[in-house]
Amino acid sequence: MAHAAAVNRPPERGLDVYTQKVGMWVFLCSEVMFFAGLIGSYIVLRFGALENTWPEPAEVLAVNITAFNTFLLICSSVTMVKAFAAAQAHDDQGIKKWLLATTLIGAGFLGVQVYEYNELINHHFTPSNCVVVRNGVEETCSILYGSTFYTMTGFHGFHVLLGVICLGWATIRAYRGHWSGGNSRGIEILGLYWHFVDLVWIILFTIVYLI
Amino acid sequence: MTAGAGEHSHPRYMLIWLYLALLTAAEVGVIYLDFLEKWMIVTSLLIMASWKALLVALYYMHLKFEPNRLRLVALAPLPAVAIMIVIIMMEYV
Repeated sequence: MAHAAAVNRPPERGLDVYTQKVGMWVFLCSEVMFFAGLIGSYIVLRFGALENTWPEPAEVLAVNITAFNTFLLICSSVTMVKAFAAAQAHDDQGIKKWLLATTLIGAGFLGVQVYEYNELINHHFTPSNCVVVRNGVEETCSILYGSTFYTMTGFHGFHVLLGVICLGWATIRAYRGHWSGGNSRGIEILGLYWHFVDLVWIILFTIVYLI
Repeated sequence: MTAGAGEHSHPRYMLIWLYLALLTAAEVGVIYLDFLEKWMIVTSLLIMASWKALLVALYYMHLKFEPNRLRLVALAPLPAVAIMIVIIMMEYV
């Protein structure tokens, strides 16, 4: 009797979402913990630093260049959702155009970040050295400032690099007609990752460069 | 998978993009307002950053259109993050 009842019971509904999307969201949850750990350690080290050894961001970092870079990443988010919308609308030309735009803008973000790192290193700001000029006098500051900065922005940059590689591959597939006929799942999942990378940068930009 | 679970009306992506761009400009502008107290600047920056993050999550990551169960999955790590931040702040504030 019990077996018959079990057989007749309707199947468990689940999340009403296809499996790959659930998988990406679970992965992104782990990424939230990863970046939260980095940001948490940054907060601990910053609050725990000796007086005047943790410089104000504007003393060391180029806030305006990074603000432009943030704008770039925001633009790449909108081109990404446009690519997804084009895939859902069976607009093959739109898919190619918007995926290519997202890839190029993402690569542009990386280029600006490499330029920024190069400038910082030229000014002797490295993961193990921190120098700030106050009233014309060079002062050493906490090397933890450098190591936390490069750790957080470096890991984020690495995530952007992986995203750009995947976007490049998705763009190649678009030109091969892979996403034709409303096949938008792959683009949606890639989009989730890309928007998450943008979301993390929104938080990092505020905490590292502005506060 | 129920039909249409993936389909939904598209939010106004360009309007969201405009909000994000304006909020970023406002954030950068706030740090140059020297007459404000530091805690005011920090609070406004965190509010604007959270607002931007919410816009991206709801409209670009489509959480606004997903089933509640998937939203629970997406929100799952946030309590742990909140606990970590509170414990850290208790250490220094």
